[in-house]
Amino acid sequence: MIGIEHYLTVAAALFVIGIFGLFLNRKNIIILLMSIELILLSVNINFVAFSSFLNDLVGQVFTLFVLTVAAAEAAIGLAILVCFFRNRGTIDVEDVNVMKG
Amino acid sequence: MSVAAIAFYCFALTTVAGGLFTVVSRNPVHSVLWLILSFLSSAGLFVLLGAEFIAMLLMIVYVGAVAVLFLFVVMMLDIDFAELKAEMAKYMPLALLIGVIILLQLAMAYGSWAYSDGFETRLAAPQGDMQNTAALGLLVYDKYIMLFQLAGLILLVAMIGAIVLTLRHRQNIKRQDVLAQLYRDPAKAMELKDIKPGQGL
Repeated sequence: MIGIEHYLTVAAALFVIGIFGLFLNRKNIIILLMSIELILLSVNINFVAFSSFLNDLVGQVFTLFVLTVAAAEAAIGLAILVCFFRNRGTIDVEDVNVMKG
Repeated sequence: MSVAAIAFYCFALTTVAGGLFTVVSRNPVHSVLWLILSFLSSAGLFVLLGAEFIAMLLMIVYVGAVAVLFLFVVMMLDIDFAELKAEMAKYMPLALLIGVIILLQLAMAYGSWAYSDGFETRLAAPQGDMQNTAALGLLVYDKYIMLFQLAGLILLVAMIGAIVLTLRHRQNIKRQDVLAQLYRDPAKAMELKDIKPGQGL
């Protein structure tokens, strides 16, 4: 029988892979954004697993909103990326120092 | 092993493998395709959990919109990805270290949690015996209508922001100038001259 632990394990593995990707692809911001999507997906798996096993729908409602924010974040992130590429001709994150922050 | 268990292990394996190949793949187009595989198989996991609506939403929003957006950007920008990937080996030890640390932390957290007593009485929205989509719709359009509208607002802001960020007006191309067309005066546009025969202007 598949219990909640199985789903939590999958979500944990996906989360760690996402973090791993963040550190592995320090220069390529497209893969960074994809890693963030993976992290949000693992959070969604956790939410839906708990929602299903506790028979409480609020987890799925929250997943809906996480999905919305993830889509908005991807759109804005890629728009900024396109802008940056137009100005600098590269997407290397380590070149992002125009504002000297 | 039951069919559900076999399906779970297949979906779980493809989800994790897809995620792993997303981050280690050398070609970003392959990365996006692995990401799509990961999304699809986690939609399968959601179906196994009985959350059909979220599963379909994941396919429509993530696979249909977000992944295609990534694919567009990867293919449109002319980037030398080999150069970006060259330093991957440099960050590998740090990435592995942090990954293992977070994995251990998660294992510690998952090893020692328990449901609190009487949690069944404190559920915010028990599903009952309704269908998943119907129950979710009743909840979203009634109890959480404010959050639902705010989610729509977030999407609107994101849409306008993306358009404002990426729209650019090129200077050296011909455009329709509506005001100039409207205020055009036929009397000034053409001049009639009466030319006498044998003379010229």
